[in-house]
Amino acid sequence: MLTVKILGSGCANCKRLEAITRQVIDQMGLEVEVVKVTEFSDIMAYNIMSTPGLVINEKLVSAGRIPSPAEVTTWLTTTVESA
Amino acid sequence: MTQTLSSQAPQLAHKNQGLKAFAIVGAAVVVWMVLYNVIQPIANWLAYGLLALPQDSHLGESLAFFFYDVPKIILLLGGMIFLITLLRSFFSAEQTRAWLGGKREGVGNVLAAALGIITPFCSCSAVPLFIGFVESGIPLGVTFSFLISAPVINEVALVMLFGMFGWKVAGLYLLSGVTIAIIAGVVIGRLKLERYVEDFVWQIKVGKGGVLPDKPTWAQRFEIAWASTREIVGKVWLYVMVGIAIGAGIHGYVPESALVGIMGKGAWWSVPAAVLIGVPLYSNAAGVIPIVHALMEKGAALGTVLAFMMSVVGLSLPEMIILRRVLKPQLIAIFIGTVAIAIIIIGYLFNLVL
Repeated sequence: MLTVKILGSGCANCKRLEAITRQVIDQMGLEVEVVKVTEFSDIMAYNIMSTPGLVINEKLVSAGRIPSPAEVTTWLTTTVESA
Repeated sequence: MTQTLSSQAPQLAHKNQGLKAFAIVGAAVVVWMVLYNVIQPIANWLAYGLLALPQDSHLGESLAFFFYDVPKIILLLGGMIFLITLLRSFFSAEQTRAWLGGKREGVGNVLAAALGIITPFCSCSAVPLFIGFVESGIPLGVTFSFLISAPVINEVALVMLFGMFGWKVAGLYLLSGVTIAIIAGVVIGRLKLERYVEDFVWQIKVGKGGVLPDKPTWAQRFEIAWASTREIVGKVWLYVMVGIAIGAGIHGYVPESALVGIMGKGAWWSVPAAVLIGVPLYSNAAGVIPIVHALMEKGAALGTVLAFMMSVVGLSLPEMIILRRVLKPQLIAIFIGTVAIAIIIIGYLFNLVL
């Protein structure tokens, strides 16, 4: 099963990233555990300097911006294929 | 052979996409320029033609001003914020940290203040950025120079100053923002305030982390720029309209030099008063600038106006609340105090020189 982590302290952009990610997951019909990481000490473990960040199966794919649904779809697909 | 073919196909598609993106942006530039040149005649026609107001009436003057300024400022905001975010897509906080690494205080402060202008920054990212900087060994004062410059030099404020006051005032704003960031950063660095950073910050172990995806293509850069332009203009257009409406009212109805006494150069207390009023007015720079523009026509001094502007954008309560997670209250207080004093000094300086 996939694990997706949303890195961010709960700002507006983090919520939008979460909404986009959940929407893509639903569309693809994947079984994914979505985890929100809000503690700064945990966020910094991924060495990002701007939130929100998106982590798929422990790999950081995006930071500091809100990716488009198409991009999230691509990242999820590549992760599923390589798994 | 088949292998080379299949690897060329996506590259070609990629190139076509880039060309298409450039074509769309080119067309948008043409439309923008046409629009920008027809708003003055349309505004005059609306006020004096359609509404048949006399040329020299207060109402006619106010309305013509409003009909011209609203589309002009919104067009300017759209066009210039697109350009600014496009430029910013070539910079990142990670890159800035790498450039600042190993720089001495002084040189580091200047560089950090300059990079604060062009590095994409959102106050919601202030904490990870602060931790990322401090953890990699960048001095506290240099980190503060960046943290002051990034919000003080606000793109919306810059564009609106350019649109309503011209490039000289916009340039002065840019220059004084950088100066304040350098001075305040050096002062904070000299005070040796590391003990007022929350202890957990020093204990965080920054991970190696994953590698970020490749550089964005031009098509992606345009997309990013377009998305942030829509977001920013969508957020501020109402403030712009309300601000210009109030400004238009002042423009048409308040007598000339009515404000020389309370906001002119002679009123020494007006600069600190402007800063005090400006601090709680966070994020309304868009609505505030048209009002101060109208106030200036009636005799307010430029230094006072710029001081007000910079305290509106530079010292915001939400950012202080966010930074409280990593800074002890003493350091927050010193931070606000240093920046406020620097803004007041710059305000006086302008009133004295100009």
